[in-house]
Amino acid sequence: MTSAREEILARVTSALGTDRQPPADLPQRARVTWDAGRTVDQFVETTADYRAIVERTVVNSLPQHIAAALAGASAASVIRPAGLDPSWLTGFPGTVLTDDHHTAYDLDSIDAVITAAAVGIAATGTVVLDHGPDQGRRAISLVPDVHVCVIRADQVVPDVPEATAALREAINERRPLTWISGPSATSDIELDRVEGVHGPRTLHVIIVDQDG
Amino acid sequence: MPKFPSMARDGLANTQQRRNLQHATHTIRSKRATVVDEVPDWEELRVRGAAVKDQVLAHLDDYLVQLEASLTASGATVHWARDADEANRIVRDLVQAKEVDELVKVKSMATQEIELNEALEEVGISAWETDLAELIVQLGHDRPSHILVPAIHRNRSEIRDIFREEMGAVGTPAPDGLTDEPTDLAEAARRHLREKFLRAKVAVSGANFAVADTGTLVVLESEGNGRMCLTLPETLISVVGIEKVVPTWEDLDVFMQLLPRSSTGERMNPYTSMWTGTTEGDGPQEVHVVLLDNGRTSVLADEVGRQALRCIRCSACLNVCPVYERAGGHAYGSVYPGPIGAILTPQLRGTSSPLDQSLPYASSLCGACFDVCPVRIQIPELLVHLRTQVVDEHRGGRPSAEGVAMRTASWMFADHRRYEKAQRASTMSSKLLGERTTLGRLPWPASSWSGARDAPAPPRETFRQWWVRTHGSESR
Repeated sequence: MTSAREEILARVTSALGTDRQPPADLPQRARVTWDAGRTVDQFVETTADYRAIVERTVVNSLPQHIAAALAGASAASVIRPAGLDPSWLTGFPGTVLTDDHHTAYDLDSIDAVITAAAVGIAATGTVVLDHGPDQGRRAISLVPDVHVCVIRADQVVPDVPEATAALREAINERRPLTWISGPSATSDIELDRVEGVHGPRTLHVIIVDQDG
Repeated sequence: MPKFPSMARDGLANTQQRRNLQHATHTIRSKRATVVDEVPDWEELRVRGAAVKDQVLAHLDDYLVQLEASLTASGATVHWARDADEANRIVRDLVQAKEVDELVKVKSMATQEIELNEALEEVGISAWETDLAELIVQLGHDRPSHILVPAIHRNRSEIRDIFREEMGAVGTPAPDGLTDEPTDLAEAARRHLREKFLRAKVAVSGANFAVADTGTLVVLESEGNGRMCLTLPETLISVVGIEKVVPTWEDLDVFMQLLPRSSTGERMNPYTSMWTGTTEGDGPQEVHVVLLDNGRTSVLADEVGRQALRCIRCSACLNVCPVYERAGGHAYGSVYPGPIGAILTPQLRGTSSPLDQSLPYASSLCGACFDVCPVRIQIPELLVHLRTQVVDEHRGGRPSAEGVAMRTASWMFADHRRYEKAQRASTMSSKLLGERTTLGRLPWPASSWSGARDAPAPPRETFRQWWVRTHGSESR
C-alpha cells in the first residue's frame, strides 16, 4: 500500500505536469522607506498606540524605572530569567524569584515578569523575544499578568524585513520567537477592543539608551 | 445542504445579524484602509506575496520534502494526511497515546475544515476551543460565521446568556451576576480557560506559515490563548495545509507585513509565536506536524484555480463583499465563507452538490475582493471560471431556464419589429403596476432570477415611443 506521503507527493507532481520551469528568481525584497532617523521615536509612538506603557531612560536609572513600573502595576512579586542582569531589580522591594523549573501553576501565582528583548520594530510597535538567557523560556513572560520588557535603543530596527534579518541567527539556533505588540487583546465581542484575555494585561516597555 | 440562495434567505431575514455584520465589516474595512495607506510600497508587497506563493505552488513537492527534513532535524515528527479522515485518525491516535481525555485548541481553519473536534468527541476526547470567539461558538452549539471574528453574528447579551448557561457544565462557571460588558465577558472567559490551560497536557493548533528551509511554524493571534496552547502543554500537534509553506525565513517578512494589516487592520497582531521543533526546557517536548492534503492537490491541478491556494486566510475579502455583508457567513455552508469561500470550497470539495454548484454564483462580481486581497487572488476571474465549469458539467441534459430565456431573448433582439413588440408588451404591463417601482417575485422560469433580486418595474414609455411622441414619425 502506498503511504500517504508518497501518494500526496505523487499527486502534487502530477498536478504540476511534466514541463516544469526551474524556480524563477523572486522579485527583489520590498524595501519600505521608513524614516530611519526617527526609528526610536516612531517605536515609542507605535508601541504606545497599542495601549502599552512606554518610556525611555538611560542605563544608570534603569533599576529605579523598573521598580516604579512594578509598583505602578501593584506587583508584589516578580520572576526573572536566570540570565538577566540581577542589578536591574535592586530597586524593587518585593519578592524576586529567579526562574527555576516553576510549574505553570507556580507562575500563575506570581504578579509580574521582567525580561530583556532581542529586537524592536518601529513600523509596527513590536518587541521580539528570542528567549535567550536574559529573556527566559516562553511560559514566564506569558502567565504572570504584568510584563516589564527592557529593550536597548540600539536593538530597535525600522521595519519588519530588518527584524527578520536580525533574527536569522536565533532561527538558525532553533530558538523559539515571540513577537509582542501591546498587551493581550480581543475584539471578539461586537468588535470592542478589550485588553488582557489570556496574556499579560499590562505591557510596560522600557527603552534604554546606553549613554548617560 | 441547500443552495446558497435558500441559505442566504435566512441570513437576509436576520436583522440582528445584518446589523452586526454591517458594523463589523465596515469597521474592520476602514481600519484596514488606514493602516494599508501607511505602507508606501503596499502594491509591491502584494506582488511579492503573490510571487512567493506562486513559487511555492509551482514546486510544492520539493518544498514539502524540504520542510519535512527541516522539521525532522529540529525534533518534530511529521505525518501526512490524504484527507480529513486520515488527519483526524492521526490526531486521535496521538492524543489517545497520551492517555488524556481533553486538549486545548488554538483557533485553526484547517482543523475546522476536517471537523476534528467532532471526530475527537466520538472517542470521548473533549477539544476545548480557547479563542474567545470560538469559545462563544462552541459553548453556543453554533457555527462560525466569519474567518477572523467567528462569533460576530452574536451580540453581547447573547454572549452573556451563553456564558451563564453553558460554562458551568464544562468547567469554571460564569461568575454570579455576569453583566454584558465586554470587559466582564472577557474576564469570565479568562477564568474559565485559565484552569484548562494550566492543566492541559496536549494542545492542537494549525499554522499560518511553515518555513521550508528552517522548519519553523508560525501562529499569529491576539489574545494569548495561542501562546498558552503552544507553550504550556507537553505535547503539541499542528495540522498544517500543504499550501502553507514559504520557502525561506527571509520570505516570511512579506507575510508578516501583509497579514496583520489585511486581517485585523492592525500594524501587527498582539502575539506571534514561532517555533522550530522542540527546545529543551522550553515549551512542548513532543511536537507533531500533520501535513494535510484534503483536496488541495486537486486545486493545484487546475492552472487557473490554483491561485486560490495562495490564500493566507486574512478575511479582507469578506469585509468588503456586499453579498457576504448581507447574507452572513452561515449561508456559504462551509468554514470558508465570503468571496474566498465561494471559490475555495467548490474547488476543495468539487461541484457535485447543489450548494457547491451555487457558490460560484454567490457574487455580484464587483471586484472589491480582488482589490483588497494581499496576495492578489483574482477572485472574480475564478468565479467566472468555476461558473463555466458548473455549466459545462450540466451540458447535454435538460436545457436550463436560463438557457431557454437567453435563446428567446436572442430571437427577440434579432428583429427590430419583434423587439418593439416586446417593448410595447412590457410598457403595457407597467400600467398594471400602478406606482410600484420594483416587481416582486416573478413566475417560473424568471423566479430563479427574481429570488435574490429586485427587478425594476418596466418604464411606462420606451425611448422609441418617447422619440415618436416628441419628434413625430417624420424624423425617423
